[in-house]
Amino acid sequence: MSIKIALAGNPNCGKTTLFNELTGAKQHVGNWPGVTVDKKEGVYKGDKEVTILDLPGTYSLSPYSAEEIIARDYIVKEKPDVVINIVDGTSMERNLYLTLQIIETQIPMVVAVNMMDEVENRGDQIDCSHLSRLFGVPVVPITARSKKGVKELMNAAIDTAKKKLRPNRLNVFDQNISNAIAKVEEVLTDVQGEERTWRAIKLVEGDEIVAGTLSAAQKEKVDAIVAEAAKHADGDTEAKIADLRYIMIADIVKHAVKKKAKGHVETKSDRIDKILTNRVLALPIFAVIMYLMFSITFSETFLWVIPGPGVWLQTVVCDFWDGPLTDAIMGFLEGAGASEWALSLVGDGVLAGLGGVISFLPQILILFLLMSFLEDSGYMARVAFVMDKLFRKFGLSGKSFIPLLMGFGCSVPAMMATRTLESEKDRRMTLMITPFMSCGAKLPIYLMFAATLFPSGNRTLLLFSIYFLGMAVAVIAGIILSKTMFKGEPSNFIMELPQYRIPTLRSVLIHGWEKVKGFAIKAGTVIFASTVLIWFLSRFTFTLQYLPEEEMERSIIAQIGQALRFLFIPLGFGNDWRPVVGTITGFIAKENIVSTFGVLFHAAEGVADAAAEGSAAIPGVAEVFTPVTAYAYMAFNLLCMPCFAAVGAMKKELGSVKWTLKAAGFQMITAYVVALLINLIGSGITALF
Amino acid sequence: MTLRDLKPGEAGVVASIGTKGAMKRRIMDMGVTPGTQIRVIKVAPLGDPIEVNIRGYELSLRKEEADQILINK
Repeated sequence: MSIKIALAGNPNCGKTTLFNELTGAKQHVGNWPGVTVDKKEGVYKGDKEVTILDLPGTYSLSPYSAEEIIARDYIVKEKPDVVINIVDGTSMERNLYLTLQIIETQIPMVVAVNMMDEVENRGDQIDCSHLSRLFGVPVVPITARSKKGVKELMNAAIDTAKKKLRPNRLNVFDQNISNAIAKVEEVLTDVQGEERTWRAIKLVEGDEIVAGTLSAAQKEKVDAIVAEAAKHADGDTEAKIADLRYIMIADIVKHAVKKKAKGHVETKSDRIDKILTNRVLALPIFAVIMYLMFSITFSETFLWVIPGPGVWLQTVVCDFWDGPLTDAIMGFLEGAGASEWALSLVGDGVLAGLGGVISFLPQILILFLLMSFLEDSGYMARVAFVMDKLFRKFGLSGKSFIPLLMGFGCSVPAMMATRTLESEKDRRMTLMITPFMSCGAKLPIYLMFAATLFPSGNRTLLLFSIYFLGMAVAVIAGIILSKTMFKGEPSNFIMELPQYRIPTLRSVLIHGWEKVKGFAIKAGTVIFASTVLIWFLSRFTFTLQYLPEEEMERSIIAQIGQALRFLFIPLGFGNDWRPVVGTITGFIAKENIVSTFGVLFHAAEGVADAAAEGSAAIPGVAEVFTPVTAYAYMAFNLLCMPCFAAVGAMKKELGSVKWTLKAAGFQMITAYVVALLINLIGSGITALF
Repeated sequence: MTLRDLKPGEAGVVASIGTKGAMKRRIMDMGVTPGTQIRVIKVAPLGDPIEVNIRGYELSLRKEEADQILINK
């Protein structure tokens, strides 16, 4: 018999650790439909018939966040065979609040009291058999990190699922609320049994989603009942119910939890926190951690001595891919007598496309090993705490800082890092503006223009100004987006600051692996398909005649460039089709703009490579651009839709094609407006002198 | 007085929640209900948000949110 188990619990209660322990690396991570919330499923290692679903971490089943709606819809509508409710033994009061709400759904459940090692270290005691008698379902003490009690928990869960053992209904509510619930139940003639009572409770709580399912006549009756009940509940049934639940919990905890120390005791976690969020030290420590993280992932050298792990690993992987592997495959095809276009398809299309996907994997892996360490250790919550004030001004969350900073390295892992943001609005907004942080691949474009059009100018100033432009646009875009597209979305900062804990190596590794796999599958197809498409457009004429690279000006893409260039005349670089083609090939990887210029301007061999490092000018480019239009062109390519790899990552994180198009459209419009302003203002100033 | 008026190290008892709707619900879901002891631990380095201890765990909230929580000292 196959059994479906759902894990439910507060954030930071050790739910994911338990999930990893139960399923190992055999998990599938997807998105819940329509939202950017992870949906993790896996098969229980001890029994292939048992599937486990990790519900999003929630404090409550009220319908105010996407996570809460997902968790409760799954429990109420999908009806898993059993819910394992994980509670943090070191914080029973808050954790039992969710337990009481799960009991209200009357789904078969088992309670796992986690972090028992910490509870014992404090000298506290939790009477699980008392809780079990009270709830009418098994309550199992566990320590997920060391697997203690996990086997017993699973046996209890499977047993509970087979017996369909429902929890006891608890006497949470007072006379007034109970009467109101009973009256509402009488109105709900179209549903039966447990679900009827659950809906009645939710309606008395003022739940808008459940209220939306009522007929007009029902709604009128329910509203009257709730209004009457509110009169005897200080005017607010919703608050009254939350209050009553906590009163019940206080009573439960009084009998079941024995604390050794009265009042608050300073833990090791408190002492760590005193340093990490210290008024003076917090920001410097944060800066050092961010520097290390960026440097390990994206820098050529780490701490000025050893090669940076991220870049080193990337070089190893890419060198193998572009070198021995490509040579071997091409050699084999040549030997087999493949035609020129077939060789180009495999070499410049397929292998380059797959190589584009693979080149990102090392840095994604390294960044996410670090990210998951920060997240699981509890530091990420402090990042939000420390940075919140600054970022709230731009309509973002304190945690947006990390993706935005990583954006200077590469947008792909940066966008994947938005998963740690709590609110969907913050995730979407951060995703939309992350590409404005000038990534490493855009640097060669600036260096080429610096060498070609600003040979005597101050190169540092030029580079600084363009990076600064990106940041300034990101800030302005954040403010505009939060006042338009995301207007009125609630924002609060009522969140838990969890205890500091050293994450398990296993959890960190599984998380890193998950991200790499997810990117390769979800974003890989977008990147691969678009790379092959651009290859086709640049190597064929409209009559499907194959062209060698030097004759790109006869290709389809050149015609497209010709057709589109008029759009860019107001920006100053539409008088020639070649910059437009550069922008299009830049969608494969932004540094391609330089090599495309090399081809289209017929630069001698090696000149484009030197231009990418800023040590040579590409002849002819200076005739097409003026310093002003070159700056407008740089700004346009900085701000417009990022490369396909980043678009793939964006689509994976946004979880919808519609939002991806919205984001790309927003970036295109921003790029156009900014480049237009640069050209107009720049030309105006030049005309004056 | 409100939670915002408490200085780090000071404690009080929640009297009532001033706001309505989603925010009130969220505050109460997190265990901030009338009669509960609440203690301010610290203020973030940039002056906002604040960290409090309630029901044995640490909670952070912005000052504008703390302003909605009425306190009896």
